[in-house]
Formats: sequence, C-alpha cells, structure tokens
Amino acid sequence: MSIQIVNVDYTYSRGTAFEKKALNNVSLTIEKGEFVGLIGHTGSGKSTLIQHLNVLMRPDSGSIIIDGEDIGADKSRLKAIRSKVGLVFQYPEHQLFEMTVYKDVAFGPANAGLDADEVNKRVLDALAIVGIPEELHQKSPFELSGGQKRRVAIAGILAMGPEILVLDEPTAGLDPRGRDEILNQIKIMHEKLKLTVILVSHSMEDIARLADRIFVINHGEIVMSGTPAEIFVQTDALESLGLSSTQSTYVARRLRAAGFDVPEDIYTVDAAVSAILKVLM
Amino acid sequence: MEYIVKTENLVFEYQVLPTEEGGETQREAALAGVDITVKQGEFVAVLGHNGSGKSTLAKQINCLLLPTSGTVWVKGIATADGDRAWDIRSSVGMVFQNPDNQIIATIVEEDVAFGPENLGVAPAEIRKRVNGALAAVGMTQYAGNPPHYLSGGQKQRVAIAGILAMRPDIIVLDEPTAMLDPIGRREVMDVVKILNREEGITIIFITHFMDEAVQADRVIVMEEGKIAMEGTPHAVFSRIDELKAIGLDVPQCAEIGLRLRQAGIDMPTDILTIDELVEAICQYK
Repeated sequence: MSIQIVNVDYTYSRGTAFEKKALNNVSLTIEKGEFVGLIGHTGSGKSTLIQHLNVLMRPDSGSIIIDGEDIGADKSRLKAIRSKVGLVFQYPEHQLFEMTVYKDVAFGPANAGLDADEVNKRVLDALAIVGIPEELHQKSPFELSGGQKRRVAIAGILAMGPEILVLDEPTAGLDPRGRDEILNQIKIMHEKLKLTVILVSHSMEDIARLADRIFVINHGEIVMSGTPAEIFVQTDALESLGLSSTQSTYVARRLRAAGFDVPEDIYTVDAAVSAILKVLM
Repeated sequence: MEYIVKTENLVFEYQVLPTEEGGETQREAALAGVDITVKQGEFVAVLGHNGSGKSTLAKQINCLLLPTSGTVWVKGIATADGDRAWDIRSSVGMVFQNPDNQIIATIVEEDVAFGPENLGVAPAEIRKRVNGALAAVGMTQYAGNPPHYLSGGQKQRVAIAGILAMRPDIIVLDEPTAMLDPIGRREVMDVVKILNREEGITIIFITHFMDEAVQADRVIVMEEGKIAMEGTPHAVFSRIDELKAIGLDVPQCAEIGLRLRQAGIDMPTDILTIDELVEAICQYK
C-alpha cells in the first residue's frame, strides 16, 4: 500500500485575521511496508499533515492517494479508509473510557459492525501484539501504568485492522522503560503485521532507532528527506530548523574535529562505539 | 536557616478503593519514608520512573498534599501547619508538564499578572513584576500576544514567568519539558539555569531526560516511594547498572564510555558529557 501526498495545501482560519498556512505544497510518497519518521518543531505542520491521512482534515488543494484511491473523493468510502489508516494521537490514553481493558479495545471493531467472534479474535490478537497479558484484560484501564494504558489505547487502533499506522509522539511523557516497551511493540507491529508505519516524534534518538527514512517538515513544507544517516549528518541544518541531531552524531563530529578518522554519518550508540574502537585499538 | 526544604520520614498513603463489592479499601504508600534536604540556591534534579513518587513529593512541597506521617518543612515552616499554607505557597511556585493547562488569560502579560493580582499586589508593583518576569524568561516581545499562538517552549516560559511574578524562593518543575521539541526543551532549561544562578532561586526539577539531570548540582533518584540514589550527577550516573536495573537511562555519552570500558579501553567511569567523552578519548590516544 503506497501513500502519495500530492501538492497538498492547508490554511487554518482561512479568510480571517488569524489565517495561518499550515501546509504548503506538500508532496511525498511512502511505500508499502516502509517505516517513516516525521520530524519538525512544534507548529511545523506535522500533526496537520497526519490528520489528512485519514480524512480528519481535507486539503484546500492537492490530493492524498492511498493504494491508488483519492481518499477525499468519495464520502461513502470514509469508513473504509479510516479503518485502513489507524491514527494514534498524542496521549492516546486520554481516550480510554470503558470499564475494562477488553471492552475498550472491543469498542472500535464492535462499532464497525463485526460479528462477536471476529471482535473477540481481534481484541485478543491486538492485546497480545502490544504485550498486555490476559490477567489485565478484565481490569479497569485506569488502574494500569502510563505505558500500559498507552499500549491498550494502541491496541484499540490495531483491533480495527489498519494497514497503515500513524503515531503522533507515542513516547511523550513516558519514563525510559515505558518508552522502550512502546518502541519495541511498534517495531514488532511493523515487522510481524507488515504495517506501514509513520512515526512523529521529537526524540531524534527514537527516530534514529526505528525509521528507514525520515521527512523533515518546517513551516508546512517538506525541507529534507532521506535515510537516517543522510539526515542526521546535517547537524547544522537540523539545528537551524529548531531540531537537533543525535548525541552520537555530535560525538562523531567532535572527534573528527579533534583529528580522529571516524565516519561523520554515525547516529546510534552502537555505531559510535564501534567507530571509536576502530580508531583506538 | 540551613535547609530551605527538608523532609523527615515523609510518608504519604492514598486509598485504593475495592474493585469488587464488599472488598476492603487498601492503603498504598506513594511515599514510604523520604528524607531529603535542599539547600537555599541549590538545583536538584529528581529522577525515577512513572509511579516512583516524584510528583507526589513535588506536591508535598507546596501543600497540595499533606503528609500521612512525617514532616515537610519549607523555610522552617511545617506544611501540616494549616494556617501557614499560604505562606508556603507564595514561597514555592510549581510548573507542570502541560503549559496549556497552566495558562488561563488571553494575553501573555495578563496571564503573568494573574498570580500577583490574586496576592493583592499594588498595580504599579504588578506592572514592574510582570515586566521583570517576562524579561527574565526572554518573552518581553510577546507580552501583548495571545498565548495560544506561541510554541510549546514559549508557553512553558510564560508559565514560568507567571510563577516568577509571585517572587518565589523555590520553583518546583514537574517534567516541564516532556511535551516540548528539542529547541523548546533547551529554552526552558536555559531559563531555569539562569533563574538558579542569577536570581538565586532554589530549583527542584523532575525529569525523565538524563541530559537535563546532568546539568543539576545534585540528582535524587526515587524508586517505590523511597530515595534510591543521591549525589552529584557524576556520582549517580557512574552507577550505570543500578540505574538500568530500575528502568532508567544513562546519558548516551555515559553509555558510550561504559561500552568502551567493557571493550577494554581505559576510560574514566564518570563520563557524562560530550566534552568529557571527547577529552577522555583524546587522552587515551
């Protein structure tokens, strides 16, 4: 399943004094099964862009084509498109509301009109994928830890059977362990369920760990795109956009400045360690 | 006065209602005997995973919560002394994670003026304090703007200015950078350091980001409602195995240092920053 965003423009409060152009001629293509990172500072247009992907917002001009279908063209197709594109908002645990974990995850598929067996199967599969053990299924979601709540919320999206998963800052506010749990589950979903994943994050370390390709958005425009190695090496450009590179990249840069022959496109701890060992041994 | 904040055997329990009918109400300790001391003008970072008791401790410091047993003193006043709660609250300002929950006015300077107005400060003095507070956080040029058009880092700085206008001795920040982008995080961190160094305000800074904790004078690590570790950033972050065992990170440079040591390279055990790591590698060569 490929996603094509073609010349998309969007302006908030059009025609008022508060008019603000949020997306300016955005075009990009994401292939089926890719793991894409989307980065940009607060207010750069990331959230606006991803809300277009399941027609929560419609472009002023331009189009979004998923699997060859213009998703804004036919209103009767909205339901199908929204099940295909799962959108996990920031702080998704705020959307939990049911009495039990099981019921909360079942809410979406039950509403989609699936029969009871299919709903049951989807709930159990989704909770298994996010690593919520069975003894928690009948608990209130509000008794769980922050990381667990968030995983239950993600299970609710997975139970809709999406082919594309879009996550907006899934690790914000979690402690390191909660963050690692979520990132590992996302990786499993990508690999096992063959989902196309779009990850929005302020954490360059998270993006560096997972993404195959990165898009950088600034003032509503895609200003950089490439592999993590290609993006993170451009430290100065990232900083001028209100972002940063990874710590490992900064270490490599300083070592080069000090005369060490380490590659400049290092962006993980593993790569930094092996490069340093190579020059020291 | 030796310590501006001191807790002694601080216990805080909350009730867990029964999940089944007829079950018994349980009591669970969020703080299970905490002794901390904070000196006037100190910058203390508090680490710990979610549920370790960090936020409960923060709320104890300005009487949002009172001890179940034990005592908290702020400037020598016990928080349990109900008559003095206002004195304590005007000395201790709090900044929370989400700036949108803390900003109430429609214009930046009005928001900053809200606190001193409520304290009954005279208008001319309020004007002076608002201008001073906005200058201190670098937001003077936005004084007349609506806050909802600011970036996350800017909003958080406005929230800090609102606290500053109340002239606190201590500011407690509970994960103030969790929702911010990298530049927003740096802006908030820079402002906090300036307030600490130049205005002498005591800072208690709760965070999940190790690179922020590294910048404090002292780090306190909480685990299961107790103090698990305490010391300078160098002392605490050299205990990498213990930190990892309780689910916390170490700064990436400390991690790289550790991995190099494990590979047989002779490196100091207390590397925290890029400068220190690069320096150590240059020395080795």
